[in-house]
Amino acid sequence: MKVAVVVFPGTNCERDTVHVLRALGAEADLVWHRETDLSAFDGAVLPGGFAHGDYLRTGAIARFSPVMDEIVRMAAAGMPVVGICNGFQVLCEAGLLPGALIANRDLAFICKMVDVEVVDTGSVLTAAAMPGQRLRIPLNSYEGNYVLPDGSPRVVLRYVDDPNGSQDGAAAIANDRGNVVGIMPHPERASDALLGSSDGVVLMEGFIASMEVSHA
Amino acid sequence: MKVTVNITRRPEIADPQGTTVRRALVDLGHDAVREVRIDRTIHLEVEGHDSDTVHTQVSRMCEQLLSNPVLEDFEVVVHG
Repeated sequence: MKVAVVVFPGTNCERDTVHVLRALGAEADLVWHRETDLSAFDGAVLPGGFAHGDYLRTGAIARFSPVMDEIVRMAAAGMPVVGICNGFQVLCEAGLLPGALIANRDLAFICKMVDVEVVDTGSVLTAAAMPGQRLRIPLNSYEGNYVLPDGSPRVVLRYVDDPNGSQDGAAAIANDRGNVVGIMPHPERASDALLGSSDGVVLMEGFIASMEVSHA
Repeated sequence: MKVTVNITRRPEIADPQGTTVRRALVDLGHDAVREVRIDRTIHLEVEGHDSDTVHTQVSRMCEQLLSNPVLEDFEVVVHG
């Protein structure tokens, strides 16, 4: 079981992500965005940062990076694919998740711990969590305001006190199948009590366990 | 040929930047300002002689990359 942690030019959370996945017992490797063969991997994480400088729109250019054909293939095959923060924006631009992320309601860059509630455990990211469980995870974004103008998203994590104006208070959403998830706060930064919270661990563990299930 | 692309946010999508600028204008005494929307203009220079062909090409670019259909509408203006 091996996770591809995708690195675009401007990605900056890849090492934290790999560190946490390995600490939880998974194999994980960094994969450059020009890679065109991810057949050795069983799941993928698109970490946070500013892929391609966030030019034009967040994620707009990253979705055409060569590696994205493989991410689309893995998602279609039912493998777990999770986008964190900027990775969430990339998955929306790529059409793997519905909707889009726009500037926060109050136009402020939000960098703080937020509380989210687990509302759907049917996704790869929330599979190990309990319904109603509250998690404290850091949010670190400017374009974190989730919108889906003509529909209602499948929310898997909801902000207890919506900080950025997201529709339905969505902190994380999933596709219908539950194997593709976008999450705006950073579970990998809440993986050790030394960092102020280890609440992100249950999410990363769910992802790792789902990889084994999808492979079986 | 010179081409201008106007990317406008769909009316139902909030524009917090426009709202903030409107508030500042009102603070400056411009009470008549009811709404401010801040959009994006992209200027391109494209090889070609036939404006219809160039218009089609640039429209395709808008659908693929330059605009996000979830949020935005686009208008292509080819300058002869």
